[in-house]
Amino acid sequence: MKYILMMTGTKAGVDTYRAWSKSDVEAHFAFLKTLNKDLTDSGELVANEGLAGPDQAKVVRAGKDGVPVTDGVFPEAKEFLLGYWIVDVESPERAYDIAARLSGGPGPGGTRLSMPIEVRQIMNRRTDDLS
Amino acid sequence: MDIPIEHLLRELAPQVLGPVVRRFHDFAAAEDAVQEALVAAALQWPREGVPENPRGWLIQVASRRMMDYLRSEESRRRREAEVAIQGSILAPTQDLGNETDQDDTLTLVFMCCHPSLTPSSAIALTLRAVGGLTTAEIASAFLVPEATMAQRISRAKHTIKASGVPVQMPTSHERAERLRAVLHVLYLIFNEGYTSSSGPHLQRLELSQEAIRLARSVHTLLPDDAEVAGLLALMLLTDVRRMARTGQDGELIPLTKQDRTLWDRAEISEGIALLTSALAKGSIGAYQLQAAIAAVHDEAMQAEDTDWTQILALYDLLKRMSDNPMVILNHAIAAAMVHGPSKGLELLRALDSDARMAGHHRLDAVRAHLLEMAGDYQGAINSYRIAASRTTSIPERNYLITQAARLSENTTSPDPTIPA
Repeated sequence: MKYILMMTGTKAGVDTYRAWSKSDVEAHFAFLKTLNKDLTDSGELVANEGLAGPDQAKVVRAGKDGVPVTDGVFPEAKEFLLGYWIVDVESPERAYDIAARLSGGPGPGGTRLSMPIEVRQIMNRRTDDLS
Repeated sequence: MDIPIEHLLRELAPQVLGPVVRRFHDFAAAEDAVQEALVAAALQWPREGVPENPRGWLIQVASRRMMDYLRSEESRRRREAEVAIQGSILAPTQDLGNETDQDDTLTLVFMCCHPSLTPSSAIALTLRAVGGLTTAEIASAFLVPEATMAQRISRAKHTIKASGVPVQMPTSHERAERLRAVLHVLYLIFNEGYTSSSGPHLQRLELSQEAIRLARSVHTLLPDDAEVAGLLALMLLTDVRRMARTGQDGELIPLTKQDRTLWDRAEISEGIALLTSALAKGSIGAYQLQAAIAAVHDEAMQAEDTDWTQILALYDLLKRMSDNPMVILNHAIAAAMVHGPSKGLELLRALDSDARMAGHHRLDAVRAHLLEMAGDYQGAINSYRIAASRTTSIPERNYLITQAARLSENTTSPDPTIPA
């Protein structure tokens, strides 16, 4: 079963992250690299992408005659998707374990970040029914 | 790739791997070597023609790869390798095609469906080592990257190695349990293929056809086993409806609405003949019963002609054999068809407290159908919507939402409190 693990954060949070010390940033990157390697080695990683910063985010709606209307000034408190992992695992519990590991990545001084990770099952094109 | 060559290679894969494993006693490395030989053949044969003895060719190329592998091992390993290499040079190729071939293939099947493997690993390994598929083909069938699938296969082989199970036929006392695991893996492969709707995935490998091919070969190896025959019959009698069960856009068409002229009559005959001779052996199992149920459906030229009394009797037997909640669910449907929807709804209530069914969309979907049969449209709409919110299958969700919408339009005053 496939799950998407979504890491979310605020613009303020991202700005803080950008101000981390070199060693903290390196420790965090090393953590992510190891996590991805482990998920590849376990045969579970389907996809992983990081998204460009919330400063570039736009919300687009269809205006009159379908022309795009963009909106780009967001309150500091708004949550943004920062990146996602898609994993193919044997059970929901395994997806939660991976999410917890992701959430517990090292922050400043090596403390656990405990970032919220939203875990959602990905729908499939299968039917359980052998009709 | 050239289609006849592709089929030939898949057929030969386990027949080549068997002797190579036997000679070199290293399942994991031999499996890699055979894959390389298959890839080499897929490139060369279409250009240069199929060799006179294709199997001997593959064994030779795989053995050469094995020797290269062994030579590249460290010096301690090299001394051991020398013995194997000498032995293999001395052994003429003809010696390899002997009466143990069938046992070889069966041993491989037991190995790949080893109970210590997770279902997804066993499936991947079986498709590659016994089915002769490439990692890329298996990866695309399961919609994961090739590197991920390669890793899954290599871990499966590592698990087998670590489990210390020798590459040999299971002992007679563990055989029944091991065979059950094999049949379950083949069933899962079939299910994966059959239940994946077509449409955007038309190019996906036909896993259900692959499962049928594998089940056929296990049946050839164990012709007297009634459950092996039962599983093959179940696959055939279900596959019969493949062309009728989805619409042009991959939308789900339930059994009652299918165009039965699209059902494969030849396959029905084959499945029924197989099942009849399996049932005559006298050891009735769950696969035979499920095949019998599929056969009763297949024999009805119109949905109204379905012999539900017989299906109910078969589910009664199946229920005694297994406490699977899906069996209880299907039994309730059959009971509703025979004794009316209120009987079915009453049986469903037993599942409400079953933790294995809690939150499962199938329970709500069946309840919706039975409520609709009973004329409780509002209750049915509600249950269709709950089921739609719980399923993880896109075709099923679309089907359930459509059912709720259809009923809402036909109901004069839809309940405004039901969330859309």
